[in-house]
Amino acid sequence: MENNSSFLRKIVVVLLILLFFVLQCSVFNSLAMGGIIPNLMIILTSSFGFMRGEKEGLLIGFSCGLLCDIFFGSFLGFYAMVMMYIGFVNGKFSRIFYPEDIKLPLALIIVSDISYGLICYILMFLLRGRFHFPYYFTSVILPEALYTIVVTIILYPLILKINQKLEEKEKRSAQKFVS
Amino acid sequence: MSPVVKRKGERFTLPSKYLLFILTILCTIMMLVTFGTNVFNRPFNRVVGYVIVPFEQGIAKAGEWLANRSDELVQIRTLLAENSALKEQVASLTEENTLLQQDKYELNELRGLLELDEEYGDYNKIGARIISRDSGNWYSSFVIDKGSNDGLADDMNVIAGGGLVGRITSVGPNWSRVTSIISDNSNVSGMTLATGDNLIVSGDLQMMAQGVIPFSKLVDSQDAVAEGDKVVTSDISDKYLPNILIGYISTINKDTNNLTKSGYLTPVVDFEHLSEVLVITDKKQQVPGGGADGE
Repeated sequence: MENNSSFLRKIVVVLLILLFFVLQCSVFNSLAMGGIIPNLMIILTSSFGFMRGEKEGLLIGFSCGLLCDIFFGSFLGFYAMVMMYIGFVNGKFSRIFYPEDIKLPLALIIVSDISYGLICYILMFLLRGRFHFPYYFTSVILPEALYTIVVTIILYPLILKINQKLEEKEKRSAQKFVS
Repeated sequence: MSPVVKRKGERFTLPSKYLLFILTILCTIMMLVTFGTNVFNRPFNRVVGYVIVPFEQGIAKAGEWLANRSDELVQIRTLLAENSALKEQVASLTEENTLLQQDKYELNELRGLLELDEEYGDYNKIGARIISRDSGNWYSSFVIDKGSNDGLADDMNVIAGGGLVGRITSVGPNWSRVTSIISDNSNVSGMTLATGDNLIVSGDLQMMAQGVIPFSKLVDSQDAVAEGDKVVTSDISDKYLPNILIGYISTINKDTNNLTKSGYLTPVVDFEHLSEVLVITDKKQQVPGGGADGE
């Protein structure tokens, strides 16, 4: 029974990752504001990070990043590593996370997205001699973070609900296992 | 105590710290390996080709249908006005066409004289549809719905609307990634059509918003290159076929070294509204043994 529900969780998480990736690449590209698209992978990674802990956060971050790498990275492993660390750090906050509180998730996601932007800028642009940081910050990193947070307000309750449903199911099957 | 804890004596679990460490090493190895070679690309591209690309194709189709419907509603009124204007234009164009046809005969004759036919011969092309765009905001690349099953391969050139879009940088069985020339990590060797001077066209994120691409290293000692000149891909580029139109020079400045010039050019392709592209299946002839990747 226990195996059964954790199997269900795996399936649901994999489907969520695929869904979010496909949405980000096709639907949200047509909804781009000023050429900027929100970062759904960050929303997924960090929300599972602080909801479920470090391990799940880093694994989901790794797979989200790997998808981006395969399709759009110039070499494999870069986005996977960045996203993995973001998921791991978010997992550290699972101890002070309460489902009723929306301030912490919003703060964590916006901080995650800004740091993701900064890491990308430093490693991919600064090292190639693109020194005009204020431009990149105000026209890529900040708009992306703001747009992401707007999308989070819509998508986060959905992720929370899915997670709660899964946890309920796990609890029920665990009780059955005990009794 | 051993770091790898056996919890409740039944299941083997790895603490997340160690998992993080292992995966970090894995990522580093993958980065190092894929930096030089593309061993991993083939299996990975194959898997995602069957898992994700069908979804993307479906969404792209649905999105296109919706966009077409909304466009139709908006455009009906403008179309009516446009129609009458176009009819007038047709009349003037037919007149122009006859003149051009005369020119064409003359051109063909002259080309025959110069024996340039082969060099300007038509390339084989395949049409493809864009099914998804870059998931980030830093680079500009997109995925098209044709891949190695349709005969596409790395480094094939992609054009649209008569101008250069970019080249294929990764191929799966039913998808390929196209890195566009406006992407910040792209450099194209070009030349001015009128004078044949070489220059480097490099994509730039900052200039992308203004619709221009920077170019540099133009050696033009005779000051013959002017604004409005056509820029095409050069003969010496190792990835791009020669004489594909890139754009028109919009500004040109002398560099501080007084030897070269740089400036901006306006691309002919409207990168914002691309939906279909043509892939040229002929590849630039490679010098055997000369493998240095210049992009």
